[in-house]
Amino acid sequence: MMAGTIEISLDGHIGDLHLNVDMSLPMRGISALFGRSGCGKTSILRSVAGLSRIPGQIAVGNEAWQREGHFVPTHKRSLGYVFQEASLFAHLNVRQNLNYGHRRAGNGSGKVQFDDVVELLGLVRLLDRSPENLSGGERQRVALGRALLSQPRLLLMDEPLSALDRLSRDEILPYFEALHASLKIPILLVTHDLDEVERLADHLVLLQSGKVLASGPLHALQGDPSLPLAARRDAGVTLDAAVTGYDHAYGLATLTTNGATLTVPLPAGAAAGRHRLTVRAGDVSLAREVSHATTVLNILPAKILSASHSGYEIIALLGLGSEGAGSRILARVTKRSWDQLQLQVGMGVHAQIKSVALVREAKG
Amino acid sequence: MALFSIGGRALSDELWSPIWLTIQLAGITTFTLLIVGIPIAWWLAWTTSRWREVVGAIVALPLVLPPTVLGFYILVALGPQGLGGWFGHLAGVRSFAFTFEGLILGSVISSLPFMVQPVRNSFEAMGRRPLEVAATLRASPWDRFVTIALPLALPGLLTGAVLTFAHTIGEFGVILMIGGNIPGETRVLSIAVYDFVETLRWREAHILSVGMLVFSFVVILLVSLLARKSKGRAL
Repeated sequence: MMAGTIEISLDGHIGDLHLNVDMSLPMRGISALFGRSGCGKTSILRSVAGLSRIPGQIAVGNEAWQREGHFVPTHKRSLGYVFQEASLFAHLNVRQNLNYGHRRAGNGSGKVQFDDVVELLGLVRLLDRSPENLSGGERQRVALGRALLSQPRLLLMDEPLSALDRLSRDEILPYFEALHASLKIPILLVTHDLDEVERLADHLVLLQSGKVLASGPLHALQGDPSLPLAARRDAGVTLDAAVTGYDHAYGLATLTTNGATLTVPLPAGAAAGRHRLTVRAGDVSLAREVSHATTVLNILPAKILSASHSGYEIIALLGLGSEGAGSRILARVTKRSWDQLQLQVGMGVHAQIKSVALVREAKG
Repeated sequence: MALFSIGGRALSDELWSPIWLTIQLAGITTFTLLIVGIPIAWWLAWTTSRWREVVGAIVALPLVLPPTVLGFYILVALGPQGLGGWFGHLAGVRSFAFTFEGLILGSVISSLPFMVQPVRNSFEAMGRRPLEVAATLRASPWDRFVTIALPLALPGLLTGAVLTFAHTIGEFGVILMIGGNIPGETRVLSIAVYDFVETLRWREAHILSVGMLVFSFVVILLVSLLARKSKGRAL
């Protein structure tokens, strides 16, 4: 296997939309295509699969799937596709659905084994059932397993969770996270749900009416005040952190991320390994001096790297650590506070983080 | 068996011959239409060609055209001056009019919509999605057609086959026009009933008619059961 990149460059019209994108995505982890409905994200995914034909070029690693005068048909592209609705074959039971792609993928070295997928996705009890008798979450798990068993080099997922209700989503998300941790297959995820992006994505592509607004590592885009993400009410930055200590008396874990340590309430069982945290801009306030008379657990030295106005509010980009060289987070403060404290870019401050959202528990 | 041995007398050859001929005709017509009709239904279901509605209308024509009109044109086509004469020449006969082979062609044309419509509906109800999914699972176009499209369209195929079979058995006008009334060659059930009534042989007419009545009822029942099944499946 080779590393390389996924190159997608398309230029064409789908109905009224002029899709004109050029992106290069890493061959590992989950890359999310994020944007409003109608921004062309599904069309991009369908083009990668060869289900739609938009002029341009598509290459995965060293394989050209589409270029001028050359178009590899879908069934000859080694990809897996999980559609928004599970789309299981109604005339086949779960086992036959899973086997459909598995059989046709050829023997090869058999990277992804039937039993492993059944185990990973918890499908043992469902194998002999008909798709009609499955819940929405179960169907989507089968669809995911079916795609994985076709031995894809690239897994494409088109809003795989959006057709599910809250409960089913909570039920299936851990499986996606386990997948993320245990498989080396790169995943392209189309979504309009920021929550999904924060939980799953490593790389983010922001799309707006057929154009790429920005493409880069998740935290970099989240922390860029010039992008629309930072102006959202739920703006925040996702950090990867490792558990480095645990206070059993208070149930608090010490998590270390680049340039800072955070104290976060965690159940004892989860206090190990790596975690993914989101620090929301609205949960961060700024102080010029440290006050110890506070219930806020995390007060971290930081440096204001930039500030942008948004109405009567200011979105400040902070670098953690007294030199501001650590992880970056956002803080949203009112303009009045900003002026009263005479804050300015380049100044050292104390970031008070009221709460940290644990978006993903890493296994082991 | 009771039906066919009224008054203790076994059915005469005069009655058996049209029954057997009709079943042969309906069977061959249904088989031919499965082969001809499925590709037409497939094309109509998926094409984006602007000829789609035109072809669809041509296929549906036998539904509204008087059977005599349809039969008249087929007769002309089968005759010595038409295509039938040309092909007949190759086969060493003068024409295909008033032959069993001619009846098959006529039945295939007049039953075409009964096969194409339900099969096309099934393909359309299935939608492109299952085929796209199969393509992402490495299935070639032919593979997708055989392992996904045909099984999912099975209720439509069965409905089409049953309707075609039944319609061919019930066809009268077209057959009268192109086949006439030749025993053992073109004298099918519906013609025989007509003939028996004309010659006031009501007993024979009754036997065949009751059989047709029961058969038709079973067919309609079967089709509605199939429709119910396919509906449950689409959910």
